[in-house]
Amino acid sequence: MTMDSERLKPPGLWARVFDSDIWYSFTRSKVIMAAAIVTFLIFLGALFAPLIAPHDPFDMASLYLMDSLTPPMWEAGGNPVYPLGTDDQGRDILSAILYGSRISLAVGFASVAFAAILGISLGLLAGYMGGRVDSIIMRIADVQLTFPSILIALLIDGSVRSVFGGIDREQSAFYVLVFSIGLSFWVQYARTVRSSTLVEKDKEYVQAARLIGLHPLRIMASHVLPNVMGPVLVIATINLALAIITEATLSFLGVGIPSTQPSLGTLIRIGNDFLFSGEWWIAAFPGAALAILVLAVNLLGDWLRDALNPRLR
Amino acid sequence: MLAFIIRRLVQSVVVMLVVSLIAFVMFRFIGDPVDQMVGLETTVQERELLRQQLGLNDALPLQFWHFVSKAAQGDLGISYQFKRPVADLIGSRLPATLELSFVSALFALLMGIPMGVYTALNRESVLSKLFLTISLIGISLPTFLIGILLIFVFSVYLQWLPSFGRGKVVDLGWWSTGFLTVSGLKALILPSITLGLFQMTLIMRLVRSEMMEVLRTDFIKFARARGLTNRAINFGHALKNTMIPVITITGLQMGAIIAFAIITETVFQWPGMGLLFLQAVQNVDIPIMAAYLLLIALLFVIINLIVDLLYVMVDPRIRIEGAEA
Repeated sequence: MTMDSERLKPPGLWARVFDSDIWYSFTRSKVIMAAAIVTFLIFLGALFAPLIAPHDPFDMASLYLMDSLTPPMWEAGGNPVYPLGTDDQGRDILSAILYGSRISLAVGFASVAFAAILGISLGLLAGYMGGRVDSIIMRIADVQLTFPSILIALLIDGSVRSVFGGIDREQSAFYVLVFSIGLSFWVQYARTVRSSTLVEKDKEYVQAARLIGLHPLRIMASHVLPNVMGPVLVIATINLALAIITEATLSFLGVGIPSTQPSLGTLIRIGNDFLFSGEWWIAAFPGAALAILVLAVNLLGDWLRDALNPRLR
Repeated sequence: MLAFIIRRLVQSVVVMLVVSLIAFVMFRFIGDPVDQMVGLETTVQERELLRQQLGLNDALPLQFWHFVSKAAQGDLGISYQFKRPVADLIGSRLPATLELSFVSALFALLMGIPMGVYTALNRESVLSKLFLTISLIGISLPTFLIGILLIFVFSVYLQWLPSFGRGKVVDLGWWSTGFLTVSGLKALILPSITLGLFQMTLIMRLVRSEMMEVLRTDFIKFARARGLTNRAINFGHALKNTMIPVITITGLQMGAIIAFAIITETVFQWPGMGLLFLQAVQNVDIPIMAAYLLLIALLFVIINLIVDLLYVMVDPRIRIEGAEA
């Protein structure tokens, strides 16, 4: 008996990772490995921005107006103190990018989490309950799916800001963004979870759980949910890039993060005003950072979708 | 067939009703309409009178009915910021957006289809790989970044093309067009590339995968066996059979182009509907937001309906299914 359990002991987490198909397909592609490394580095940079950034772009006291609009250090008039130059307020671009990607990633993760939680709950409810609950939720989803998500995010953003007009913009901008981006992305999760729930709910383990009198919510949360999570993770990865783009777009359009605590989109918006006067670096470096981040996350998401899709193997 | 059309029509009406309900709720409950229209010194009695005149004291279903019937007649309320009828404002901005969207769609089709065919036929060539890389970047980069990049290269650095506005427009009474002047046409180039790039990559990838699929089928093999030229096989047989999904996607993407025009119009200060809508969002001008929502919904519904009908006409399999259901 003891020997049996010894032998059946599952291998450790790392052993399972290195033995998996995903790890194999990961090591096969140089592009994916590069994308993963880049993503990881940007995550690290964003996470430890306060430690590695040469300046604190939010600390107004440390800004020197004399140093404003300094070009990058390799250009004439550049200053090695500001490797990528400064903006019109004398903020160091490199530090602003590090702090900015922190905000961009935070909005991205939070809105994906919000969309996933909302979509999963509604999808579970629709799939498990069926009937009128199902048709109401899915009709709303259908109508919403007709419109591009950026339009919906803009509408929600405008409405929310007018309802809570009195609240401080700087404090609320983050939550308003997460709310509007999350609310514009939930449909995909709901549809996927609903269709897997429809399959799962007729299986024997669910019937057994129902037979012993468990509460429907309990069945949904602890029995059906773990079995429908697989595809959700893939959607979440792909959506992360989309959420970052949406945040940047909204901030660029001037309805996102305010310029006192700039995200990457806000930085590009600020730099856009200086394109014609020759200060190209204010928009160019945050733009490049955003492009690299989105490209890397997109590549990872696509690869994950293909690697996890059994039909493509 | 008739049953199918009627069912789709009913569905469209339901969608429009739901959207107008949302627009009505926005219009009625986000911010007090009376507060937005009058100044601070207006007395309570005057406000009450205005409420009565505007019908804000009626039962809600009745108000909704008034809202819908007025909207159907083109009366979409008065803008809070411009103090002008919303319908007039949108009408004056509509030509700019429609011309931009039209040119973008044309660009996407004229570039996307040949590139898709080329990459499907020459899968290993360097140019194909280049096209695919460009398409990956086109799909990954946000629209506004592409716009800024184009402005920087072609307006700031090379100084070939204008970076904002429509150039000189010719007023035809009810329609102002930029197609008739050189500066108008030049002003169209950068914005329509920006707006159409995503759709171009989408069409290119679609044509490529459909072509590759069709080229494997038996009737292509049979055509080869008959000794037809490569040209006749590739374009006469293969490409023709990929056109059905391309038409569908292009139709559906038309709506997306008009909606994404919001971003492009902001980058290029293009005086269209999208810019109007964005200003409305920034200044919380609810009547314009609600009207824009209704208009876009109407466009989407009409486009979807046309695409569905085209599909039924082109593909007999759907016709049979539709007749049975």
